[in-house]
Amino acid sequence: MFSARVRVALAAAVAAASVLPLPGWAQGVTVSIACGSVGAEYDFCKTGAENWAKKTGNQVKVVSVPKDSNEQLALFQQLLSQKSNEIDVLRIDIVWPGLLANNLLDLGKAVPEDVVAQHFPSIVKADTVDGKLVALPEFTDAGLLYYRKDLLQKYNQKVPTTWQELTSSAKVVQDGERKAGNENMWGFVFQGRAYEGLTCDALEWVDSFGGGTIVDPGGKVTIDNPKAVEAIKLASSWIKSISPEGVLNYAEEEARGAFQSGNAVFMRNWPYAWALSQGADSPVKDKVGVTALPKGGPGGKNTGTLGGWNWAVNKYTKNQKQAVDLAMYMSSPEEQKRAALEISINPTIPSLYKDQEILQKNPFMSELLATFQNAVARPSGPTGNKYNQVSSAFWNAVHDSLAGRTPADQSLSNLDKTLKRLSHNGKW
Amino acid sequence: MEAVRQRSEAESPAAAPAELTELTRQRRRSARIFVLPMLAVLAVVAGWPLLRTIFFSFTDANLGSLEGYKLIGLDNFQALAADGDWWNAVFNTVRFAITSVIIETVLGMIIALTLNAHIPGRGMLRAAVLIPWAIPTVVSAQMWNWMYNDLYGVLNHIFLGLGLIHQPLAWTANPHLALTAVVLVDVWKTTPFMTLLILAALQLVPLEIYEAARIDGISPLKVFWRVTLPLIRPALMVAIIFRTLDALRIFDLPFILTGNSKATASMAVYARQQLIDFQDVGYGSAASTFLFLVVAVFTVIYITAGRVRFGTGDR
Repeated sequence: MFSARVRVALAAAVAAASVLPLPGWAQGVTVSIACGSVGAEYDFCKTGAENWAKKTGNQVKVVSVPKDSNEQLALFQQLLSQKSNEIDVLRIDIVWPGLLANNLLDLGKAVPEDVVAQHFPSIVKADTVDGKLVALPEFTDAGLLYYRKDLLQKYNQKVPTTWQELTSSAKVVQDGERKAGNENMWGFVFQGRAYEGLTCDALEWVDSFGGGTIVDPGGKVTIDNPKAVEAIKLASSWIKSISPEGVLNYAEEEARGAFQSGNAVFMRNWPYAWALSQGADSPVKDKVGVTALPKGGPGGKNTGTLGGWNWAVNKYTKNQKQAVDLAMYMSSPEEQKRAALEISINPTIPSLYKDQEILQKNPFMSELLATFQNAVARPSGPTGNKYNQVSSAFWNAVHDSLAGRTPADQSLSNLDKTLKRLSHNGKW
Repeated sequence: MEAVRQRSEAESPAAAPAELTELTRQRRRSARIFVLPMLAVLAVVAGWPLLRTIFFSFTDANLGSLEGYKLIGLDNFQALAADGDWWNAVFNTVRFAITSVIIETVLGMIIALTLNAHIPGRGMLRAAVLIPWAIPTVVSAQMWNWMYNDLYGVLNHIFLGLGLIHQPLAWTANPHLALTAVVLVDVWKTTPFMTLLILAALQLVPLEIYEAARIDGISPLKVFWRVTLPLIRPALMVAIIFRTLDALRIFDLPFILTGNSKATASMAVYARQQLIDFQDVGYGSAASTFLFLVVAVFTVIYITAGRVRFGTGDR
């Protein structure tokens, strides 16, 4: 009954996938590529693919995919499991390689080593499954701390370097502003909804305290440790104190809504929020600073969860050579620079972080190079096709603690049991 | 009431099968032929997927490799029975269905009785009532999401202004409020459906009965309980069944308002998460199959308990 609906939706998506043949020469082959489908992203990607086609004398077919990334994944899995060559070049999330690796081409053999080596090693590592390079980076993402320069100055607070400092500064500014008449002022907003975004945020808290990455690279479940408990405990103390209760249902855009309308001192978000906060209609224009996420205490470290998208090639493609070439073109320094300038997304090539044109548009990029380079990956590699279950169990456990239903220590020890059962004791 | 029903039964052809004429039999035969194409379409778009889902629920199929499954008997159902999250979803769904259907029925009845009265502008009012029902659920859910927002939502603004609450409520985030928030949107959206069905039934009640009651000097309240309610009961039962079945497979409202949050996850949300997010087609199909069984059982209980007749007699 239900799967019927899903299947109909998928069939419709495939059928409706707009096929855009390009005018031009009949020579060469036609390579199909799945671009992202959100406004600017789609047009940007389509232009890029068409440029490649012109340059090489081939043709491209841009296939549109569902907007929701989970549905994209489901579509790709159905196509690939039927060994379909409908889409030659796939755009995949940084946490998908483990799920799709079996049906993707090993690019390690086809792409020159120096081309691969120009990207951040952390991303190349995330794109490598069992020694097989399955995707080339398109852009990268990492969690950042946004703060109100004007308010910190007003209340004589410095930019926090630890979560504890953030907690106290947020309280000072929030209380001061409320006394001054801004009833809706809150200290800190983040992504607290029970979804993948909370996994990203909570992984940052845990990792910044030195509490590991839920599951270590060897597959061992490590989440039940005192440092992780301390991190989740601190985060739970924020709710209703410096963070509104509503944060428990905030995704990226809700958090940005609160921050950009001037109702929050600090915000955790991805780099995309920068360009928007500097828009002409933004009430906080020129009042915003961006820095690395705080450390979990003096002994902790700055961290940010690794996000971003990558280009992969279908193993069953008939035009392997051209498809690989297109994937390489889409992840090339030229395309990444164009992306940084046009749609403000982060390159994965260190040298571009010194490019004057890019820095003029996105000044925070150079300062935060280290954050992007050292971003912490979600445990999608070791957990393979169980990653979504691991992530869901993790965000539910954290959400329970934040909502005050289960204390952090108990919640994480329950999670530990769940993950061990799920992994057949670390073997996945 | 009893007399009315007996009369209608006596008139119905089903009550007297022995007296069928050749013409009636011929008509029935051609009716069957006309129904055939629809049955064929139903078998393809509803029957086959349903059977396949039930079949998959006995396998360990994965979305990543739909062919490479093996039969694992009742393992999925055993795991389902032992899963606290699943029972939480069942509990949420049942709670949602009961509260929303009761509120919708009562409100729908009140509004229908009002609209049934001869008041000026009745046609306009009837059309206006239907607006929430006409808006696509995804749109209205997202609209309500903005109205529920704890910082800039209009609901908090109004309630604060009226002095009903002292601090903004996090409608969709607070685990104790979230399900209520979902029920409220559903009530807003589907009360018009109830209103419409009840209104249609009300208009079939013969006016003479009311006139007789008035002449006998019976109080309006008593007229409602003894005359109106019994006469519209069959239609009311159909409306309640429709709503309950709809409510039991609720998916869009909780999913858009609160995502996969455990506080509001319904059975369908749970099944989708297993099928799509976790790619566990076997287990997700087991959850879907269970949902199907629950809906089927509810239908049977209702039809039996409410003695609603779908046979030819009522048409």
